[in-house]
Amino acid sequence: MTHISLKVDGTTYEDDVEPRLLLIHYLRDRLGLTGTPIGCDTSNCGTCTVELDGTAVKSCTVLAVQADGSEVTTVQGLAHDGEWTALQRAFHERHALQCGYCTPGMIMAARDLLREHPHPTPDEVRHGLEGNLCRCTGYQNIVQAVLDASEEEVTA
Amino acid sequence: MIPAAFEYARPSSVDEAVRMLADAGEDAKVLAGGQSLLPLMRLRLAFPELVVDVNRIPELRGVREDGDTLVIGAMTTHHDVIADPLVRRHAGLLAAATSTVADPAVRHRGTFGGSLAHADPAGDLPAVVLVMNAELVAQGPRGRRTIPAREFFVDYLQSALEPDELLVEVRIPKADGWGFRYEKFHRVAQAWPIVGVAALVRRGDGHIAEARVGLTNMGTTPLRAAAAEEALSGAGDPEAVAQAAQEATQGTRPAQDSSASPEYRAHLARVLTKRAVLAAAGMG
Amino acid sequence: MSETVEREVGRARYRKEDAHLITGQTNWTDNISVNGLLHLAILRSPMAHARIDRVDVSAALQRPGVIAAFSGRDVAEAMGSLPCAWPVAEGTVVPDHPPIAVDEVRYAGDPVAVVVARDRYTAADALEAVEVDYTPLPAALDIEGALAEGSPLVHSDKGTNRCYDYRTSDGDYAAAKARADVVLTRRYHQQRLIPTAMEPRAVVVTPLAASGDFTLYSSTQVPHVLRVLLAVTTGIPENKIRVVAPDVGGGFGSKLQVYGEEVITLVLAKRLGRPLKWTESRSEANVATHHGRSQVQDIEIAARLDGTVLGLKVSLLADMGAYLMLLSPGIPILGASMYPAIYKMGAYEFSCTGVFTNRTPIDAYRGAGRPEATYAIERIIDDLAAELGMDPVDLRRHNWIRHEEFPYTTIAGLTYDSGNYEAATDRALALFDYDKLRAEQADRVDHADTVRLGIGVSTYTEMCGLAPSRWLGEMNYAAGGWEAANIRVLPTGKVEIITGTSPHGQGHVTSWSQIAADVLGVPFDDIEVMHGDTVLATHGMDTYGSRSVVIGGVAVHEAARKVVDKARKVAAHLLEANEADLDFADGVFSVKGSPEARRTIQEVAFATFSSHDLPDGMEPTINAEHVLDPDTFSFPHGTHLCAVEVDTETGAVHIRSYVCVDDVGKVINPVIVEGQLHGGIAQGIAQALYEEAVYDEEGNLVTGTLADYLVPGAPDLPEFVTDRTETPATSNPLGVKGVGETGTIASTPAVVNAVVDALRPFGVQDIRMPCTPERVWQAVRSGPSGSSAQSGKEASA
Repeated sequence: MTHISLKVDGTTYEDDVEPRLLLIHYLRDRLGLTGTPIGCDTSNCGTCTVELDGTAVKSCTVLAVQADGSEVTTVQGLAHDGEWTALQRAFHERHALQCGYCTPGMIMAARDLLREHPHPTPDEVRHGLEGNLCRCTGYQNIVQAVLDASEEEVTA
Repeated sequence: MIPAAFEYARPSSVDEAVRMLADAGEDAKVLAGGQSLLPLMRLRLAFPELVVDVNRIPELRGVREDGDTLVIGAMTTHHDVIADPLVRRHAGLLAAATSTVADPAVRHRGTFGGSLAHADPAGDLPAVVLVMNAELVAQGPRGRRTIPAREFFVDYLQSALEPDELLVEVRIPKADGWGFRYEKFHRVAQAWPIVGVAALVRRGDGHIAEARVGLTNMGTTPLRAAAAEEALSGAGDPEAVAQAAQEATQGTRPAQDSSASPEYRAHLARVLTKRAVLAAAGMG
Repeated sequence: MSETVEREVGRARYRKEDAHLITGQTNWTDNISVNGLLHLAILRSPMAHARIDRVDVSAALQRPGVIAAFSGRDVAEAMGSLPCAWPVAEGTVVPDHPPIAVDEVRYAGDPVAVVVARDRYTAADALEAVEVDYTPLPAALDIEGALAEGSPLVHSDKGTNRCYDYRTSDGDYAAAKARADVVLTRRYHQQRLIPTAMEPRAVVVTPLAASGDFTLYSSTQVPHVLRVLLAVTTGIPENKIRVVAPDVGGGFGSKLQVYGEEVITLVLAKRLGRPLKWTESRSEANVATHHGRSQVQDIEIAARLDGTVLGLKVSLLADMGAYLMLLSPGIPILGASMYPAIYKMGAYEFSCTGVFTNRTPIDAYRGAGRPEATYAIERIIDDLAAELGMDPVDLRRHNWIRHEEFPYTTIAGLTYDSGNYEAATDRALALFDYDKLRAEQADRVDHADTVRLGIGVSTYTEMCGLAPSRWLGEMNYAAGGWEAANIRVLPTGKVEIITGTSPHGQGHVTSWSQIAADVLGVPFDDIEVMHGDTVLATHGMDTYGSRSVVIGGVAVHEAARKVVDKARKVAAHLLEANEADLDFADGVFSVKGSPEARRTIQEVAFATFSSHDLPDGMEPTINAEHVLDPDTFSFPHGTHLCAVEVDTETGAVHIRSYVCVDDVGKVINPVIVEGQLHGGIAQGIAQALYEEAVYDEEGNLVTGTLADYLVPGAPDLPEFVTDRTETPATSNPLGVKGVGETGTIASTPAVVNAVVDALRPFGVQDIRMPCTPERVWQAVRSGPSGSSAQSGKEASA
């Protein structure tokens, strides 16, 4: 067991964990933060994307012990006092989700994209989301939502 | 899928890391970005007894200049390589190729040195360091040694690193004035390349003075297309480049797998060599 | 009764479903945690076919934290055999299908043993301690080979790999062929696909030991069907089983199933008296969740030189995989009526042979039988146009049912109620700029460009709304096709709809609210829609086959009408008027001629709640249920046009533009309809260009992870231009036709037709799906001989 201390969505946690515990399982099974789902074994699908110290990572491909001392933001930490972020609003208003399983990862990947490219072209959006698969939307409305949000997204 | 249990160590210096590796012998694995290793461990295709996490060793990160050479810390992330102004200025090929690796989230974690040490012939970066005539610096209990890129990639997923050695930095001669192109051919954005071609071209007086061509996924290691390089020397027009590119497959041994036949890979290598060289030479 | 104002139907409402999904307040099955929850993991066969000589779980049981471990033999009796509800033909071979293999494993991925442990990590480790001895057996690994003499048998006790033969015909095809100027025969291959819903499956069972009750949570499309069949399979009384489908992360047919893992989790939770969870990993899903398609299609078309189609003959070999799942035999038969598509012809012959192979079972995947049919007919129509030197659009125009000919009974026996192929096609051609692209295409040919342009046409129709129960009975399907809706008007005037459909991304909560809001005249936001729990929605047939709006949505509409009828009686009584003298509009009953005499439906609801003053003999409720069994199918249609650029040097295919004009009848919510189309088209393109489940020579799945099975990402897909025509269905009061599968059905042939069209100058007439760069390159290199098609132009006397 390894002792870790990290901040997740603003709350500090200390735990003893097996070194092999994946960050995604730490979030879901230990902390009960089930807003971030898991969709593959090979880091291809991106559903588990969270922010680790301010950049998007796939939490199925990071060990919980590697997040020791870090700050993690999940989709559950985005809205403040019920106020959605511009990306969350845009996903809603552009019908950028159907089943919603890829949505947390998509939103976190899109935040990352907009940090690096505040005013992306449609092509840049598509490439910026290349690590996140969606099976429902054909991506079109997701791309549009990210473009909409790019005008106003303020990232924390 | 869930990795098998392992011991975990997080050294804070290269010396400490090397000591740990030396003590553990064959059963230890270095955890760099983890973007290849952790999926393999989750699928239980890799099950090290000790994982040595080198992510908290500051000296392994960053890009600096050393005269005509660019020195890139092995643990510099793909993201940081792409964004680095020195890399962009002096090693544009590396920046271009790195920006095609996996996806943005993976590039935040995955590291330059990690993907070289993984020695996957389908990886984009081994062929790049090969054509850039890079040198890879390893540190082990016996001290540091410098391995030329052409000697580093030994076989499929096998580098010249000893089990107790850590790749610490990569030294890349500045390629100022060289035109460059990385042509990656893959079926979907996320997929590994079927074939990739890294080209560096120095133009002379209306012709190609020198061309270097590296091949991704055309054998069990990344390869230099030596015969094509030779044939390209002096090529002055697209026709000559196309002709020379036919030599790109000499000495290659492309694999058969679910994404392509050897025959198709060979064909792609020739086409992509032509395209990469034309683009790098500004003849495209 | 006066018309209600349609305030909601047709409106682009934002979805009610979204809030919890975009904030992470979700309820996926794997999120469920209860005290004492144990985790189940499954050991699967690494071989396609083998005898199980020994399974020893004792070492696994020794490990700390392991509660139980079982071989197939240990639990066979309690688990029964997994059900097939659709043995399509007389004499269909239905093999025994134990949820955990007992004597033999028949595909790589077949469960062999299970362990139950305190957490998922311990369970995963314990699997490695289970010892199994196998004797490898020869495997039947391809569809045609499995039927060949001397092939290894998947089920040796059955003596054959032939599951069934099904045939149907109308008209005299032989005579039509004899009269034809041109007869084309083609063989098309529908590759195996892995459905890949983003949420892998999961099951949680919580037993209530004292009463013998079980709640089973599953990532399923079909909680109601599942409940019935869990009871039948395990012998646990149906009234003791509650099935809940929580948030479900996509299905596409892959969760229209009664899976072994559902039975296993239920039976073991009962045996252990403990709550139990099983969660599928992606690499497990790729072998354990059913696959789709996998057919060999022989198709022959007979026509006159002027393009008139005289007849069609279709002969399928349909892969069942190693076992029959819920609907496996019926999937290709769903396509049987769709091969003649939108075309008039005098003769049609269809036959299908189901075939067992040692691979993951095949069952429904988005479209289920209909994409295969549409692909084959739309491909061969394009080929026929090329053969005759006609424009493919002109050839279709020449043969399709004209709008004034509806209702029209096709040679396959379906009566299409409505449609307007001319309008949709004209609109699509205009949006696409068809003539300009044709000119560019010719120009590139003239200049021998490396990059060629191809234009693909697909004018599809499909049958939606599975299904009229009587039809299902005739097809030997075990269940009905009705759907139920229940509407409750609460004392405060808020409304609850309980639907038997079980959405997993389709937006029923929003659409059903829109439908009911108009009928009841209540605000959209005052309506809740509840679903996916057999305690709550006691009646239901669930969600698949583009049935939800056509049956479930219409059931909501009809239930709402019943509510209004009941409320009218109460309102008339309160207003001391005759029912016939009441108007009802925007939720208000008013007396004709004296509009100040009025009662809102909310007031009526409260009056009914208090029940102080109701008409004599009236039950004190205005709540209503409607169970709808449709009379017929609905038939959406449309025209999809795809332009591709094909790099003839590398074989790379790039979709340059994609235009579709669909007619799905009346639209409840245009944004949701458009979203369904986008996703459907993406999956159809994926079949055309990217995806294929590949097995090696030993029968192991090579494409076992998302690193190998190539689901397209955002950069791999184009922007779709969508538009609609709206020809209301006449078969239901809403005029809706269904939209869940249209995009998938339409797009695959549009894309492949475009690729082939680009390469016709090279003599190419077919490219096997997926049209990988290598296959395209090979086709360019070798011309006609390099393709899998067999051309047979036979001149008849």
